[in-house]
Amino acid sequence: MLGREPAPRRALTLRGRAGVADRLGDPGLRLLTWLASGASMVLIALLVYKVFDQAGESISHFGLGFVTANVWNPVTRHFGAASFIYGTAVSSLIALLIAGPMSIAIALFLTELAPLRVRRPVATLVELLAAIPSVVLGLWGIIVMAPFLNNTLEPALRSILGWMPLFAGSASPFGLLPAILILTIMTVPIVAAVTREVFQTVPTELKESALALGSTRWEMVRMVILPYAKSGIVGASILGLGRALGEAIAVTQVIGDETGIHASLFAPADTLASRVASTYQGATSTLEISSLAYLSAILLVFALIANAIARLIVRRSTLRMRAAGPRPGLAVTVAEAQV
Amino acid sequence: MTPPERHTEQQDAEMSEQPLQQPRIIPRPAGEQPPAAQETVITPDTVTRPEALADGAPTRTVQLEGLRAFYGRAEQVKGLDLEFKANEVTAIIGPSGCGKSTMIRCINRMHEEVPGAHAEGRVLLDGVDVYGQSVDVVAVRRAIGMVFQKPNPFPTMSIFENVAAGMRLTGTRRRGGELRARVERALVDAGLWDEVADRLSEPGVGLSGGQQQRLCIARSLAVDPEVILMDEPCSALDPVATLKIEELIDELKQRVTIVIVTHNMQQAARVADRTAFMLDGRLVEVGPTQEIFTNPKDPRTEEYVTGKFG
Amino acid sequence: MSTAGAAPPPPGAHPLLAGSPGLRRRKLVNRTMESTATLAALIAVAVLAIVIASVLIKGVSAINLDFFIKSPAPFGQSGGGIANSIVGTALLVAMASVLAVPVGILVGIHTSEFARPSVASAIRFALDILNGVPTIVTGIFVFGLLVVGHVQSGYAGAFALAIIMLPIVARSAHEVLSLVPSSLREASLALGVRRWRTVLTIVVPTAASGLVTGALLAVARVAGETAPLLFTSSIASNLVSTNPSQAFASIPVSIFTLSEEASPAAHAQAWAAALLLIFLVVLLNVLARSVFGRSQARIGRTR
Repeated sequence: MLGREPAPRRALTLRGRAGVADRLGDPGLRLLTWLASGASMVLIALLVYKVFDQAGESISHFGLGFVTANVWNPVTRHFGAASFIYGTAVSSLIALLIAGPMSIAIALFLTELAPLRVRRPVATLVELLAAIPSVVLGLWGIIVMAPFLNNTLEPALRSILGWMPLFAGSASPFGLLPAILILTIMTVPIVAAVTREVFQTVPTELKESALALGSTRWEMVRMVILPYAKSGIVGASILGLGRALGEAIAVTQVIGDETGIHASLFAPADTLASRVASTYQGATSTLEISSLAYLSAILLVFALIANAIARLIVRRSTLRMRAAGPRPGLAVTVAEAQV
Repeated sequence: MTPPERHTEQQDAEMSEQPLQQPRIIPRPAGEQPPAAQETVITPDTVTRPEALADGAPTRTVQLEGLRAFYGRAEQVKGLDLEFKANEVTAIIGPSGCGKSTMIRCINRMHEEVPGAHAEGRVLLDGVDVYGQSVDVVAVRRAIGMVFQKPNPFPTMSIFENVAAGMRLTGTRRRGGELRARVERALVDAGLWDEVADRLSEPGVGLSGGQQQRLCIARSLAVDPEVILMDEPCSALDPVATLKIEELIDELKQRVTIVIVTHNMQQAARVADRTAFMLDGRLVEVGPTQEIFTNPKDPRTEEYVTGKFG
Repeated sequence: MSTAGAAPPPPGAHPLLAGSPGLRRRKLVNRTMESTATLAALIAVAVLAIVIASVLIKGVSAINLDFFIKSPAPFGQSGGGIANSIVGTALLVAMASVLAVPVGILVGIHTSEFARPSVASAIRFALDILNGVPTIVTGIFVFGLLVVGHVQSGYAGAFALAIIMLPIVARSAHEVLSLVPSSLREASLALGVRRWRTVLTIVVPTAASGLVTGALLAVARVAGETAPLLFTSSIASNLVSTNPSQAFASIPVSIFTLSEEASPAAHAQAWAAALLLIFLVVLLNVLARSVFGRSQARIGRTR
């Protein structure tokens, strides 16, 4: 207080070694990690740019009419996406239609019905289904599933429902139907896993209140779990949809690779992703390559929209649940499911 | 076979005609002709007090005989014999972990909802063992309601729908009027009608904590139970809300038997006719509340009520 | 307001024993729904069992020593194996990991340790977008970037795989690093240790097994990816190659091309390759989970 000199400052380090390196470390690490993040952001932007850039020749050649043109002829150099958009839409939506309720049922089984000891193993098995590489599933589809369908299910469906254009006959074992089934197999694990996480966030007291009023288990599910988890279920489904949209390999192996819009589920068809994949051995012209890029760009837009919608829905429901009390957030689990 | 009705048809019609704006006192019917002879499945393992059925009137008594409750292999309630008399409020007190919540959850068979949990022994409602072979757990929970520690109205439902939730389950088609009337009566009985009459379609979670808890009580009342179990119903509420609920309990006991678990001894002293003290899964002492607090017979009870532990 | 003194309800059947037609119907509905849910789970498990069984049965017969050490036989001849694909996959995955794992962990460190919350969520949002890009589109991107004007190469293939791995590693790194209790960081900082040392010597090592798990899961994912390689590293020689400036063969692409051929010999090799691939993927997943399980216990996280 009487004008004493302040004590000399000492740089404090664990090893007693004051050093330039030590002081540079902070900004150094910050910069390094910042660069990593920056590079990632640049990568994403670059990806979107490059895909559209490659599509440039085709875009300028065909314009937006490409989207509605139902043709793919490398010889005459006429290309159009309509048939593949149709194939993508139909296969993904129908697969989702089947996978959605099935996944909800599986999630309910895992959270409400199954005896404790059964839950972990069954959940792991369902997740394992998601880990099967799509090319293996496609191989199984080509050699086991498609012939089986062709020999047993399709004749049966055709004889009963063949009068409907949806089930009109076709000789080839490949077509929309096997593709839809394969996509269903791939989508169920994702939607089920996320839905299960959503169901696990339903507060136990709510479920107990319903049971204590004298409801059966199903009534409790209908009264409490499903309404509470509504947006989570929708988010999970759209997530699954996004995955189905982008699947190229397994689909191209069983779908028959044919251009054209047919009403029948048995007819060979193609999707955006699978058309691109099937041309990998070499396109015949730069216009074709560019048109493939155009298809990829359309697919990218679809997938990004589905992804964005799913995240939006999940974020809104996470906020609502956070407002109601501390509970594990969904955003984490949704992201996990994309793995 | 239908469960006994509480009103006559004529009274239902009267109620649905009158405008539902002001609170009214809805008198209970004085009694009516019993339905024609009904068949009851009586098996030796279910009925131990046939005299309870003799005059047909539910006596609203609950009797625990040798109740043991397990979580897996761990025994939480170790052989309990206890009686809850009709139209009385019985408080269960004891230190944390003594098994009081587990015990009352055995009464309406909520204990078995926990995976791996089970119970042994008997719980007799009006002489019939709720764990009996021919007894459906859903019926048990209609007759024995529960109010939980944390108020939990169904978040996706309005106030009206919350109260109506239990009634809608019976599956019997109800004319809109009757449903409304019973919802109103439940809200009146729960002391909430005044505050929500003009906003029945608003979400249940929009109410204050105390109001939410009274909503949950109304929800339980709406299905006409004989017994209501309350598991620390006021521990999440402020003192004013707590007081309202304690007053409510005092009124409700004319209609139902109430068992209330509480860690708050002053609360037990205020609301309960009889108090039971549990320790380590066993019943130590039970008796009129005054006696338990001023003149307990067991030294452990005395230690607890004088605050030496717990 | 209060209710008038309650008179005893009318006598009648005991409420516990009096059934009602409504109750029977409700129980029936309940039973039906429970059965449906159980059935759904059974179907899912059954499908898994069928697929795995097919791969096992059909693949086992074609597995022999040649399968592992020989390259594909010239066209028309039988025998041979997929040695080139095995080496190719190993190299591709290794190169992709060298690129994606460090960058991904750095991004994770950035979002969990340094970035402002708004910036962090923007980055994580962007990574989620990247994760949602269909892998065939990723392949087209790398094709346009690295292959057009040149040739397919191991570099291009590895880069495509790295792009797929990045969001997986980054997200899992972020999660695991966020789990490290802030009390640890604060204790270190309070001792006078600088931020960067705290992060590198305390936070990261604590989260180490979780980071390894994330990396393993990412590897398991890309080991089985075919689409990104189609345009970047698919037209490869039949000989075992370690030269990344040329395309590598890979197990998934081999399965793909073999599956499209008509000959039973090709199919047999495809099944064998599929068996190997599934074995690899399952092994990696199990490894990742057993490592993760230990780290969860250590950090003391409760779920």
